[in-house]
Amino acid sequence: MARKPKSPNELSEGVTRRALLLSVGMGAMVAALGARMHRLGVAQSDEYRLLAEENRINIRLVPPARGQLFDRAGVLIAGNEQNYRVVITKEDASKAEGGVQMVLDRLCQIIPMTDEDVADALKALERNSPFVPIPVAERLSWQDFSEVAINGPALPGVTPEVGLSRHYPLVGDFAHVVGYVGPVSEKDLEGVENPDPLLLIPRFQIGKIGVERWMESDLRGSAGTRQIEVNAVGRVMRELSREEGIAGADITLTLDARVQNFVQARLGDESAACVIMDVQTGDLVAAASAPSFDPNLFVRGIASADYKVLIEDDHRPLANKVVQGAYPPGSTFKMVTALAALAEGVIDTETRVSCPGYYESGGRRFHCWRAGGHGSVDLERSLMESCDVYYYDIAQRVGIDKVAEMGRKLGLGIRHDLPMSAIAEGNMPDKAWKARVHNAEWRIGDTINAAIGQGYVLTSPLQLAVMTSRIATGKHVEPRLIKAISGVEMPIAPAPELGVPAEKLAAVQRGMFAVMNGATGTARGSRVADETMIMCGKTGTAQVRNISAAERETGVVRNEDLPWNRRDHALFVGYAPAENPRYAVAVVVEHGGGGSAAAAPIARDALLAALTGGIPPLSAYPAEQRPAIEARFNELSLRFTKLGNQAPTRI
Amino acid sequence: MSFFENRTASAPTGLAKLLHFHWPLVLVICAIATLGWLMLYSIAGGDFSRWAEPQMNRYFIGLAAMFWIGLMPIWFWNLTAWPAYAIGMLLLVYVEFFGAVGMGAQRWIDLGFMMLQPSELMKVALIMALASYYAKLDDRLISHPFWVILPVVVIIAPTVLVLMQPNLGTAVMTLAVGGAMMFAAGVSLWYFGAVVGVVVGAVVGIFATRGTPWQLLHDYQYRRIDTFLDPAADPLGAGYNIIQAQIALGSGGWSGKGFMQGTQSRLNFLPEKHTDFIFTTLGEEFGYLGAMSLLVLYTLVLVFLLWAAVRNRDRFSQLLIIGVAVNFFLYIAVNLSMVMGMAPVVGVPLPLLSYGGSATLVVMIAFGLVHSAIVHRPR
Repeated sequence: MARKPKSPNELSEGVTRRALLLSVGMGAMVAALGARMHRLGVAQSDEYRLLAEENRINIRLVPPARGQLFDRAGVLIAGNEQNYRVVITKEDASKAEGGVQMVLDRLCQIIPMTDEDVADALKALERNSPFVPIPVAERLSWQDFSEVAINGPALPGVTPEVGLSRHYPLVGDFAHVVGYVGPVSEKDLEGVENPDPLLLIPRFQIGKIGVERWMESDLRGSAGTRQIEVNAVGRVMRELSREEGIAGADITLTLDARVQNFVQARLGDESAACVIMDVQTGDLVAAASAPSFDPNLFVRGIASADYKVLIEDDHRPLANKVVQGAYPPGSTFKMVTALAALAEGVIDTETRVSCPGYYESGGRRFHCWRAGGHGSVDLERSLMESCDVYYYDIAQRVGIDKVAEMGRKLGLGIRHDLPMSAIAEGNMPDKAWKARVHNAEWRIGDTINAAIGQGYVLTSPLQLAVMTSRIATGKHVEPRLIKAISGVEMPIAPAPELGVPAEKLAAVQRGMFAVMNGATGTARGSRVADETMIMCGKTGTAQVRNISAAERETGVVRNEDLPWNRRDHALFVGYAPAENPRYAVAVVVEHGGGGSAAAAPIARDALLAALTGGIPPLSAYPAEQRPAIEARFNELSLRFTKLGNQAPTRI
Repeated sequence: MSFFENRTASAPTGLAKLLHFHWPLVLVICAIATLGWLMLYSIAGGDFSRWAEPQMNRYFIGLAAMFWIGLMPIWFWNLTAWPAYAIGMLLLVYVEFFGAVGMGAQRWIDLGFMMLQPSELMKVALIMALASYYAKLDDRLISHPFWVILPVVVIIAPTVLVLMQPNLGTAVMTLAVGGAMMFAAGVSLWYFGAVVGVVVGAVVGIFATRGTPWQLLHDYQYRRIDTFLDPAADPLGAGYNIIQAQIALGSGGWSGKGFMQGTQSRLNFLPEKHTDFIFTTLGEEFGYLGAMSLLVLYTLVLVFLLWAAVRNRDRFSQLLIIGVAVNFFLYIAVNLSMVMGMAPVVGVPLPLLSYGGSATLVVMIAFGLVHSAIVHRPR
């Protein structure tokens, strides 16, 4: 049953009906759109208006200038230099044809960048929000910097800018004490509840070790703020207001740049430490650790190859041996044993001990360093010639606990609080300590070893300098490193008395005088000729290996024949002038051999430098040594070639 | 309906045809386009040459095309319907393999002076082809299954190609325009009921397969749907566009912040602010009143078109005009509901306002066809 085809009019009416249905649908949709617009634009308008305001204004931090570090005379140790750098913003760079990669590739053609730099930049860009500017190249030359600026149109997202960056003009001289700054790492932020917003600025530099780290709160200053209008991707459109931050406080250290430089140079390539301390105030005048390194490398982000060299060097250039090193003090400890015995009244200056070259106790034989023995020895001679047997004997009499007590009184086994990293506490053992740590009974052999600063006794060069200062003055001197903050001198509390009777100290002091000036003194070769700067001291040679009985039979192997790392440590402590002590010194030369040969000459040069404020005058040395001394000084590469009368240099 | 209808009884010839153009429609179109140039000028921060000037040039090219097409007889366009469809398909296949990649999708052919989106052109060709098909088809066969499947294939083929680009927005629009034309042609409502049932099933299917290896949509498309459902969940990521757009619209208030005073768009908070999101700038700077004025202008266009379709007795012309009207409506509905947070973000421009060559040109070509139908209607 076929229907007839509809007429054109009927067909047209059909379309009209359907079109009307469609227009009803369209009308409904248009009405819905209008209603929605009404809701947004009229009903909820206030809410959205508020949101729009928040979008526009952003507060940015202005990093403050970091506080500078000066030596006691005002020589700049750590300053800020203008840093021409290039930052890149992902949101802009990625808009370019070829994206960030292309922009970086082009940048590489203009400025020197290693593949590593590019990889680092890409990683940082990946990690941060697209609108945060990431520094990709720092410390550009003016030439490179301006070339980047000129090529701006071809480098979307790249902005050349001038910032401040830490600079250490004296390079390695203060590397260990002052440390260095570096970009904030995730580790730095770990465990910090509300980190200073400054720390969240990419590549913001904070102190990593040393004074830079421990005085960070003073040096950092506080952030300024910039109210800026930003667009949705964070690009700054204009600055609305600006509040400058507070620059970090300048800090003056107790160190003397000239003396420090001399001492650092004098230590040379040895693995050694030398610290000079003002015996009255406790001011550290020099604290050198060798070999050193260039802290500027770390500020720039050290190349892994360079870092590997530093890490793998068996002389440990990164370690601050002045405070970090814990060495057996060897014979430099003998003053402690002597003072303990004197203070307890076990001995007096006249007490004599017979040294046949060994000491027998409990069936064991303990040797003196001089196989033939010293014969009958009193206190002064025991120090002068460093007789071991004398101390084996008196230590037995006074007991280890009293020795340890005296050691602590003199500053050993105690952590001296200084703004430096990894300060070693050392070790001043007694019976309780051994019971606690080794769960073993204290034995006679332990006392004998401890009596001459071997065995469990460990000290840092800093502790030895404190000990020497206290012996020299009879006062409880504390070391200090910070002289002034923001020009305000730190107060020095007068050091309290040590509590050791003066005549007993004097007895030990006489012994130390004899070490350097006595006819048979172990450090006679390092005596000072100048009457006004006569020096007292004590040598020490610390064994780092056991000498077996078998070896003693066949003859002890000479140090020079041993591999470097098995040779003895050479130590020396001393002070000057003898009559009215001014400075104390402690020197440790790792695996340097004998204290008198390796450490004492350095200590003398260092003390004389501190006393004269620069390179010691030749007239201070015994006449026969002057040509050799002069030749040695001429070989040193010194930063300050003149004496202390030169105006402080600001580099 | 022509404005001068009463004065010209017989079929016009030559340039007299110009008198029979739908001048109120032309006027409204020009008004919308002018509003677009103003917005583009404002978004560029007062830079005329950045977007406003090229857009003006394209508009005038489009206007010329509209008049030229309008002066050609409607039977000519009826004849060219299927060739146009074939060319459109070829172009779609071409971009599938050689097209320029923009915004993660292959959509463009570089013509030198402009980037052509064949998927836009294809919609007009599809409208013409379907109108031509139903004009010839015996009305008794309209709801015959075979004669229903044929146009469905004609619709699905380009839709699939567009979907593969991938351009979800245009694919959905192509499908909807085709469906609306079949609806207008009088295909039985049972078919549409069945389609609605299938669509509901498909939606369920799409969400049920999510996360499985055989999921039906791209991950970014799923994310867009998520973002639509809860834009606040990811305010700096996927939901950013929608939230920023709504802030811009809402902060305009009743009468807006004033011309060139919109902070949202000026400060670049708005994505695609000169193209798909241009309405937000209008809402921000001219407020609710400005936005509603545009809506009224668009509604006028739709009313003019639908009225012209109803008044025309030529079946091809009728269906052609309805197709164009539905297409125009879908642009507006999809774009505005997207910008106002009522639909997922799909790349659909606002006709005559958004910066872009293809859409402007295609819309003007469609209006040219409408005019040809109006001028050459049977009297």
